Amino acid sequence: MTTSENSMVPSRRSFLGNTAKITLSATAIALLAGKESLAQISSKSMSQDVNILNVALGLEHEAINAYQLGAQSGLLQKAVLDVAVKFQGDHKAHRDALIATIQKLGGTPVAEKKLDDYAMALKADMLKSQADVLDLAARLELGATNAYLGVIPSFKDTGLAKVAARLAADETMHWTILNNALGRPLPAKALSFGA
Amino acid sequence: MLRKQFPAMLGMMLISNAPFANAGGDPVRGEALYESRCIACHSIDANRGGPAHKGVYGRKAGSVSDYSYSDALRMSKIVWDEQTLDRWLTNPEQSIPGQRMGYSVPEVADRADLIAYLRLRSGK
Ligand code: HEC
Repeated sequence: MTTSENSMVPSRRSFLGNTAKITLSATAIALLAGKESLAQISSKSMSQDVNILNVALGLEHEAINAYQLGAQSGLLQKAVLDVAVKFQGDHKAHRDALIATIQKLGGTPVAEKKLDDYAMALKADMLKSQADVLDLAARLELGATNAYLGVIPSFKDTGLAKVAARLAADETMHWTILNNALGRPLPAKALSFGA
Repeated sequence: MLRKQFPAMLGMMLISNAPFANAGGDPVRGEALYESRCIACHSIDANRGGPAHKGVYGRKAGSVSDYSYSDALRMSKIVWDEQTLDRWLTNPEQSIPGQRMGYSVPEVADRADLIAYLRLRSGK
């Protein structure tokens, strides 16, 4: 599912600095981490950062597959399906950016599991309605927001901390839309994310 | 849905485990914290980005057989209890250098509630 030329993907475009195509191996690396800062950190802290990035990559693999399960469930109305596919596209862009960064740092990106494995772990057989699918997506997006915010202090490279913050911003945007689609209220208090 | 089942399941467990429940933390609040902070990477029943937490309280660290741990966690001799979980959640890297969780819980009360919840779900 490549939606890169779809008008619904402005955030992906801006994520890539307005380059029209996904030339991640070049663009993402330049964007994701300043080379100077990378040169200055030790290999031990670099491998710690790679570990965290790899856990993040696992989240993105899972999100892509969760949206896949939702999209092929037959439970989503067309308009909702379009949004799900757009969000899945965002997660694919996140995945590609993380893979490029991990490789740049000399790490090995974790592999995606099989769709069935994700279906089992996420209890996809319990999804009986559009609201169920949206609820699962909202839980995962909120979890991802909080996870990305939570790992920020662990990065030795502040450029990577910024990447985590940008990923968190995308996931927060997703959560907000999903929460609204579910007819749920906004968070009652400020500073509800990442705590 | 999972979320809707959670409170009901917890309610049942609270009743069945009431005499053994940890006096320190509040497992109900712990469940809510778990749902917002841990759920991205963990479930009780399934390996996700992180290992499944079923039975974690009282077991050796890094011992879920079908989860691929860091060497550091797999080789560690730690057994998860109040103290070791508290130290882990405060600062995983200081607790077990070379691990790859990268996520911590700075507030002591939050940790106590999370640990109470994990303990309850482990039937301890
Ligand atoms: C960003 C993803 C992420 C988040 C969020 C996260 N964890 Fe983890 N957790 C992991 C990973 C990855 C491991 C395995 C680490 C390793 O192998 O070194 C782990 C391991 C653990 C372990 C050791 C389990 C075992 O089998 O030995 C415990 C306990 C734990 N996490 C508790 C928590 C709790 C409680 C929370 C919520 C406050 C949490 N984690 C949030 C990724 C995460």
